[in-house]
Formats: sequence, C-alpha cells, structure tokens
Amino acid sequence: MFRSKATALAVVAAVAMPVCQLAHAATDDDLKELREQVRQLREQYEQRIGALEARLKEAERASGEAQVAAGQAAATADQAVAQSSNRPASEGAFNPAVSFILNGTYGNLSRDPAGFRINGFVPTQGEVAPPGRGFSLGESEIAFAANIDQNFRGTLIASLSPDEKIEVEEGFLQTLGLADGLTVKAGRFFSAVGYQNEIHAHAWDFTDAPLVNKAFLGNQFADDGVQVKWIAPTDAYFDLGLELGRGRKFPGGPDGGRSKNGFGSGTLFAHLGGDISDSTAWKLGVSHLRTSPRDRSYTDVDSTGTTVNNSFSGTSRLWALGGILKWAPNGNATVTNLKLQGEYFRRAESGDLIYDTALASLGTQSGGFQSRQSGWYAQGVYQFMPQWRAGYRYDRLSPGSTGLGLVDSGALTAADFPVLAAYAPTRSTFMVDWSGSEFSRIRLQFARDQSRRDATDNQVFLQYIMSLGAHGAHTF
Amino acid sequence: MKFPWKLMTGACLWFAGLPAFAAVNVVACEPEWAALAREVAGDNATVYSATTALQDPHHIEARPSLIARVRNADLVVCAGSELEVGWLPLLLVQSGNRKIQPGNPGYFEAGQFVQKLEVPKTLDRSMGDIHPGGNPHIQTDPRNIAKVATALIARFEQIDAANAEAYRTRGKVFLDRWQAGVSRWEQQAAPLKGMAVVTHHKDWTYLEAWLGLREAGTLEPMPGVPPTPAHLAELVEGMQRQPAKLIIYSAYNDPKAAAFLSQRTRIPAVMLPFTVGGSDKAIDLFSLFDDTIARLVAAAR
Ligand SMILES: [Zn+2]
Repeated sequence: MFRSKATALAVVAAVAMPVCQLAHAATDDDLKELREQVRQLREQYEQRIGALEARLKEAERASGEAQVAAGQAAATADQAVAQSSNRPASEGAFNPAVSFILNGTYGNLSRDPAGFRINGFVPTQGEVAPPGRGFSLGESEIAFAANIDQNFRGTLIASLSPDEKIEVEEGFLQTLGLADGLTVKAGRFFSAVGYQNEIHAHAWDFTDAPLVNKAFLGNQFADDGVQVKWIAPTDAYFDLGLELGRGRKFPGGPDGGRSKNGFGSGTLFAHLGGDISDSTAWKLGVSHLRTSPRDRSYTDVDSTGTTVNNSFSGTSRLWALGGILKWAPNGNATVTNLKLQGEYFRRAESGDLIYDTALASLGTQSGGFQSRQSGWYAQGVYQFMPQWRAGYRYDRLSPGSTGLGLVDSGALTAADFPVLAAYAPTRSTFMVDWSGSEFSRIRLQFARDQSRRDATDNQVFLQYIMSLGAHGAHTF
Repeated sequence: MKFPWKLMTGACLWFAGLPAFAAVNVVACEPEWAALAREVAGDNATVYSATTALQDPHHIEARPSLIARVRNADLVVCAGSELEVGWLPLLLVQSGNRKIQPGNPGYFEAGQFVQKLEVPKTLDRSMGDIHPGGNPHIQTDPRNIAKVATALIARFEQIDAANAEAYRTRGKVFLDRWQAGVSRWEQQAAPLKGMAVVTHHKDWTYLEAWLGLREAGTLEPMPGVPPTPAHLAELVEGMQRQPAKLIIYSAYNDPKAAAFLSQRTRIPAVMLPFTVGGSDKAIDLFSLFDDTIARLVAAAR
C-alpha cells in the first residue's frame, strides 16, 4: 500500500512539472548533437566578432578617435591583466571550499540529561537530550563543497562527536542548473520535511532543536536518497519537490534502514515565498513524510520495574506546516532585524507493537498500535543592536490519542508502557547572543523544560559557535 | 505504443525559441549594475536589481523572491570579487537555471574587467572580513564603469545576437556620454585633490584613487566590523592631531558613528549615495556621479 501511494505521489509531482522536461530527458541523445552544433556555431561567431572588434579598434585608433579607443584599449588591457592574475597558479586552486565549525557548551541543568525523555511520545533513539552538565565539546563539523564539473556540485559534511565518532551528516551531489528550474540531489541530506530540519545546528537560533523536531524527527532527519525539486517560472517563489529515501533513521527504522529494494521513506514538499516590501520577506512550507518502519525499537520500564525493549512495525505519516518571516528596516539587517518562525507537526502511526522483544520481563507479546499526535513551536529572534540578538521560543506537544492493543485486550496494563502515557510537554526558552563577526557567536540560553512528566528541568547553557575557513552562505 | 518524443521535442524547442523575441531577463546584484544594464540595453532587456542602495551588499538574505528572479534570468550581473559570497552562490545553486551558472555567458562579474585595488597579500580573518580578490567596490570610480560597460555591451551582443547592432549603437552613445561625464566630474572635483578623508567602510577606495583623495582612517576598526567606542575614541584623538577634511559614509551605513566623530572633531560628515537610488538625486549612473561630486565639493568648502 505504501509503495503504491508513494508511486502516486511521484506521478503527481512528475505531472506537475512541465511536460517539456520529460521530452528533454527522453531525447537527450538527439539533443546532444544539436547542442554541439550550437556550441560550434557560437564559438565561430565569437571568434569572428573578436576579430572584427580588434579591426574596429585598430581603425578607430588610426582615425584619431583617440579618447574612446584608448579607453577601450585600456579596458582590454586591464581585462587581460585581471584575467591573467585571476588564473590559478596551481592545481591547488581547484581545491574545494573547506570550512570547520567549532562548538562547545557549558551547561547547568537541574535534571540529569542522561535521563532525558519526552513523555507521551515514542522515544526516537536520536540525539535528543540537551547538552551535558559542565563543560562539553559539542559536535565539530568539517565541510567540503565544490563544483565537480559543469553539471554537478558536491558537498560533504562530517560531524565529529566529542566521543571520537565520525559521522557523515550530509554527503550529496546536486545538479547545477539541470533545466527549467529542476534540481536533483542524491546522497545523504537533511530532508525538506519542515523548515528547521534542513538547517545545520550551527545556524540554529537556539542551542537545541524545537521539541517537535526532537519528538517527531529524532532531532534531525537525514536520509540516504534522492530529491527532485522544481521551481516555478514565476516572479513569486514556488517550489515543489519529492524525496525518496532509505528510511535509515527515526521515524523510519530499524536504525540504518531495512534491507530491502525500493525505498523506505518518501517526502513530498512545497514552498511559497515572496516579499511584502523591501523590508519584509516570507516563506511558507507544507510537507509530508511517510515511512514504513520495521522493528523500530525503544526501551521503557514496565510495571515490574524491568527495562524492556519494545518495537514498532507499521506506517508512520507526518505532516508539517511552517512559516518564516524576516524583517529589517529597508531590508538592511546590519543594525536591527527580526526573524519570526513557527511550525506545526502532526503525526499518525499505525501498525503493531511488540512488547519485550528480548524476553526480559513478562514475555514477548504483540498487539495493534495506533497514535495521532501533534505539536508546534513559535519563536522570534530580534537583533536590537549590531552584533546583539535576543530570542524567545515556546514549544508544546499534544499527546493526542494512543491506542495499544495489548492494553485494550487486558494482556498488559498501561503501567507497562509508562513513556507512552498521555502527557503534554512544554518548554520556554530565552536566549541572547553576541556575534563578533559572521564567523563567531557566543550565546547564553535559559530554558524551562517540562518534557518529563515528573520533573521540570531548568537549563542554562553558555555556548560558542565558531566557523573557520570558507565563507558560508545561509539559506533563507 | 511509441511516444512521439521527436515531435514533442520539436514543439518544445519551438517554445523555447520564443523568448528570443522577448527582452533579455537581467538580474543585477547591485543597483549600479542594474542601471548600467538599462543604459546599454534599453528596451531590449527587463532589469531587476536584487538589492537597493539602502541595503548592505555584503549582507543580503538569499530570499525566496531572489531565487525566483534568478531562476528566470538570462543574465546575472554582479560585482563579484566575493562581495556577494554570502548569498549569490546560494541563489545560483538553488535556481536550477543553467544559463547563469559561472562559466556560462549568462554569468557576468563586473570585477573581472577592472584592475582591483587592495588585493591582500596575506589572508587572515583577524584582519576583518577582507575580500581575497581585492576591494570589490569598483563602481565608485566612473572609469571602471566604462570598462565594465564595454564588456557588458559585448556580453549582450553575445546573448541576444539578433539585437547586436542595437547594443553596439546604444553602447557607443553611452560610452561617449560617459567619457564626457568623467571629464566634467574630474574638472569639478579638481579642488578636492590631496584632501584627507575618513570613510565608514573601505568602500570608497576607487573614488579616492580616482580623485587623488587620501584615506586617513575608517570608522570600522576592520573591514566588516561595526565601529566600536574604543576605535572611535582613537580616531577622535588622531583627528585632533592630524585632522581630516571630511567624514564620508554611504547611504546603507548606519550614520551614528559618522555623526559621533563629526560632533567630537567638528569635521563635516557627508553621506554619499554610493549607488543609484542612494539619494533623491541619484536616479541613474550620471546623476549618481553628479550628486556624489556635488556633495563632496559642497561639504569640503
Ligand atoms: Zn566591502
């Protein structure tokens, strides 16, 4: 069922794109010949024009139109100078743009982050816990990016975690101007589900992710797959895209993805954006992520006090609706500017839940599982003077409804699934940060986190984020 | 069933050919290059400027509206020299538009056609946000604009061959008028020669070189770093010993630092439009320089 629906989505996306693109793709060979001819024509043409220009210049010089001709000759000479000085001196000039991110925190938390959980929501096995107590090195990042040739651009971003693990955060190729607003990405990349998910942690406005991203996307969802995106040929911004992936992480699963042909996750997204005036720009997005996890496991403590491993198999459907608005006087953000951002997530999961897969407590049992849950956050960040910003974020998750077959049938009790018991987590976060330049930022953040049913966690973080090397560019 | 790909391709090529009769779609990164494109292309181009004179071209958001504009562009005209490094690469990559990718005729970097000043010998960010390719603010010297115009005319001829004659004619008229303008501005600015000035950012280097002004300091402690009280205090002290004649800031700069220094030192501060649209009078490239020189001469009197 999943496959057929996702295929239907793909068909819809394909049809929405201009039919001409299909024709282009299908007759590439035919076109290649044509293109070659056009290229040759253009080359001959350019040479001829060049020769004519040179002759014209000679004639002008000879006929005494000294000033203009001299100016033009000087321009040509300068051009030659500029171009020769721009010429790379060695093959090293082709090295990709390299940048590093250094990130560290000092944390003061009233609750141990090791015991962090979001009550009422299936644990994600992701890195959702807040940064640790005391001094800790955050994830350092190494990024390489360059145009591979005239057709492709490549990006590799690896993260080095403080416990000496290296992970490929993103590693993808991207077409360079394929045709008519089409871009294809392939490899591992942050999915375009929601707004915040696509943004690297060092560009976040707060130290940690919104609760919806923690609960529904395991902090940040990067999948191995393909993305096709089309931008409409209009003055207002509109894009439409499709992703097919492996489903290697929550909400897919098991961790690393299933061993199966085809795909385990599918995302469909659309964005609309524009300017209200010189001062204000906005973007709205809607997206849908569908995964079919098998044996996606999590741990809980059952009614006997034993830690048990449970696992879910079925389908998970997530809808995200979000928007961002940026304001700066006359569009000049150097002195003051404002950024408003908010997202709403809604998830439906249905399938089977296996209790105690490792036979550690009351014995392995299986029953139906249905849940409908949602959550949202809203945040605003204001730069009140050059280099200084302050921001506030409010998070709220709604437990909705969760139905457990094993509890309904009386085989087990709700006390055997305590983490799933209905609870509405909330969090308030305040931050102020200072940026010495585009390359350094120091942030102080306070949060009152009520993700855990039994305890409020008061968190203070002092964080630095430094970027070295190539000048990065940030998406809107 | 065999799908009539050939027929469809033919139809598509025919459609794709249609825009050749329409105007060339130009997106300029800065207003000065938008104005130049209008001068040399006239009605043969529709020109959109990605930024205004009140915006800092170093720091622009890669807004959705800009991606949409670049996606539909036939020609992108930018300063280059990494001035737009924080936003233009994103627009190019995300646009899905092959025509305007670097290396194609639809990508035009003005900075490539002039001799750059202040090309750093060493690159270290402790010296501020310096541009490895040299100072990118080339448009403050009108002789650079003539050089860029020559190259831009040739580029228009290449992209829109059907109207090549028109670009050549229009271009020649513009260059002749411009040449006369440069002589006029040089005459008007002759008394400014040798004058010491303090500028907000290092974005007047080319004008200083052109008119023979001497830069006695900048309000920014380093390129791209906002003025600090400590640095301003240093400047006040320096100006008391060796006063400059003028404090210059651009339309997009926060005027506070210039006003502060002016108040403390009694050196007049003057706002210059920097690009087209930066003042009420600077409505095109000619009036931009008319107004710039007039403001300089009036303030230095
Ligand atoms: Zn600059």
